[in-house]
Amino acid sequence: METVVVAKVTVDVQAVKMDADTSEPILKGVPLKVSDFDKNAMEEALRTKAKLGGKVRVVTAGPPEARDKLRELIAMGAEEAYLVTDARFSELDYAAVGKLLAAAIRKLGKIDLVLAGEASIDQYSGQMGPRLAGALGVPSVSYVRKLTPDKEGLVAEREMGDLVEEYRLPYPALVTLTKEINEPRLPNMMQIIGASKKPITEWRADTLGVAPAELEPAVRLAGLRGIVMKRRNVLFADEPPEAARKLVEALRGEGVLGGGQK
Amino acid sequence: MTVLVFSEQVPTGNELLAKAREMAPVLGGQVIALAYPGSPGPEGFYKRGADRVIVPESPHLAGDVPLAENYSAILHQLCEEHKPSVVLVGSTRWGKEVAARLAGLLGCGCALDCTSVSLDAGKTLTVERLVLGGNAMSSEQMAKLPAVLTVPAKVIPCLPEAASPGGQVERKSFELAPPRAASLKVTPREVSGVKLDTAQVVVSMGRGVKAKEDIRIISELARALNGELGCTRPIAADLKWLPKEHWVGLSGTKVKPRVYVAVGISGQIQHIAGMRDSALIVAINKDKDAPIFKAADFGIIGDLYKVVPEIMNQLKTCK
Repeated sequence: METVVVAKVTVDVQAVKMDADTSEPILKGVPLKVSDFDKNAMEEALRTKAKLGGKVRVVTAGPPEARDKLRELIAMGAEEAYLVTDARFSELDYAAVGKLLAAAIRKLGKIDLVLAGEASIDQYSGQMGPRLAGALGVPSVSYVRKLTPDKEGLVAEREMGDLVEEYRLPYPALVTLTKEINEPRLPNMMQIIGASKKPITEWRADTLGVAPAELEPAVRLAGLRGIVMKRRNVLFADEPPEAARKLVEALRGEGVLGGGQK
Repeated sequence: MTVLVFSEQVPTGNELLAKAREMAPVLGGQVIALAYPGSPGPEGFYKRGADRVIVPESPHLAGDVPLAENYSAILHQLCEEHKPSVVLVGSTRWGKEVAARLAGLLGCGCALDCTSVSLDAGKTLTVERLVLGGNAMSSEQMAKLPAVLTVPAKVIPCLPEAASPGGQVERKSFELAPPRAASLKVTPREVSGVKLDTAQVVVSMGRGVKAKEDIRIISELARALNGELGCTRPIAADLKWLPKEHWVGLSGTKVKPRVYVAVGISGQIQHIAGMRDSALIVAINKDKDAPIFKAADFGIIGDLYKVVPEIMNQLKTCK
């Protein structure tokens, strides 16, 4: 069983602050992290390996700084790690990154299963999984909450609106996973130290045979503005009875408690 | 050039047609609607702005569950034939899967969940999308066409129904490779009766609630306020203490009640993105630094197990 996890290293969305003057998000200096759902993908890959044997590899496309974070996935259990990078990585769009990732996956040789998170925490788009499936010409299912792989193929369960759907796919296949599928393991100290010594293979567009013209972005970021929330922020820090009294009084003052609602 | 429209949801298809109609004169082309064979009345698309309506036919389209693989392939073939500048797809989970796969087949630009789509006189196509956990709006320009865009329901107002009867629906046969994915079964999801999106009051709980049996404390508060019970992602998705219908957040339900009460919720931005349009926000949390307080109009810094019973007492004395 040859499994590849496609992971993304992104800014820690939770740590992004807004510039008070321009109301633009400040992305400089924000710590990076492995996108949450991609750890679920790694966990599921490792469980698949425990069941069916084989090898788990991880591929990420990102800026050179993504390298360190990739080690978290090695510590979890990835046997090989590949970083696809480019000096102008931040200008690349989904189409360009998709071409690089597809070329990287092809270069890995025979693959049975490609796993990824349902979306990345920064973009929350969910585009890369199915885009890669299209580019690679493999069947795929997105938003899978339960995965049962066997030697010939896999059964994937997902929610679509009010329905629960179950699919069977032959290999090679691409599956994107939701957070509830599993609880990603936390590597121990030995695994973390071990991961720091493992090599990470670096690939660039030319190594992958992707021509520079192919990377010309089809989508350009024209602007990013923060959504500023204006709230009153009136806080009561009194003892519970007093705080509760003040709150209920405040709510009554807003006219939202009126006894006539029932 | 042509605008191609597709959604498995007829109302969303109608909405996308309004946008396509607006763009077509600038691009100098037609509006083609691909109808989903399962949906009723494809001829209705003529009254909402389509110049042509195509219903796909293939032996591989039989079966109850539509496979994204098939519909990406159909759209791909239509793209080869009509060279559209823009493909508009309805932004359901399934629609996004179809659209993103199509973008992979075409190797073209794609933006999902666009909250606005505008084409200026110089044919520059710009979309907006929520990013960074719903905390920022990203404005994106399509530097090359075609572009595949998905737009959620109710973003674009549809055109009034035209009085003219429109044209004839074209049934078109597509050569599709036998699909590799197979649908095994479809079951209705267990749905609880809660309706968060229309509730006037929502009282939500997060991980500050320590045990499943303590949900009662929060649901009683919700009842006392004539509200519905909501929760965060961990409660619904990880701990599964409450059905998904109670989940408020970017990937749960987005709510905008008159009053939103967050109890024992720290305020992850994905949660805030699901409730920040509420008219009034109240937070109860024992951590004075919890980000939820920045999103709140009124807040109590205190232990919910002590504070909520006191609020219940106060509400009783009010009535």
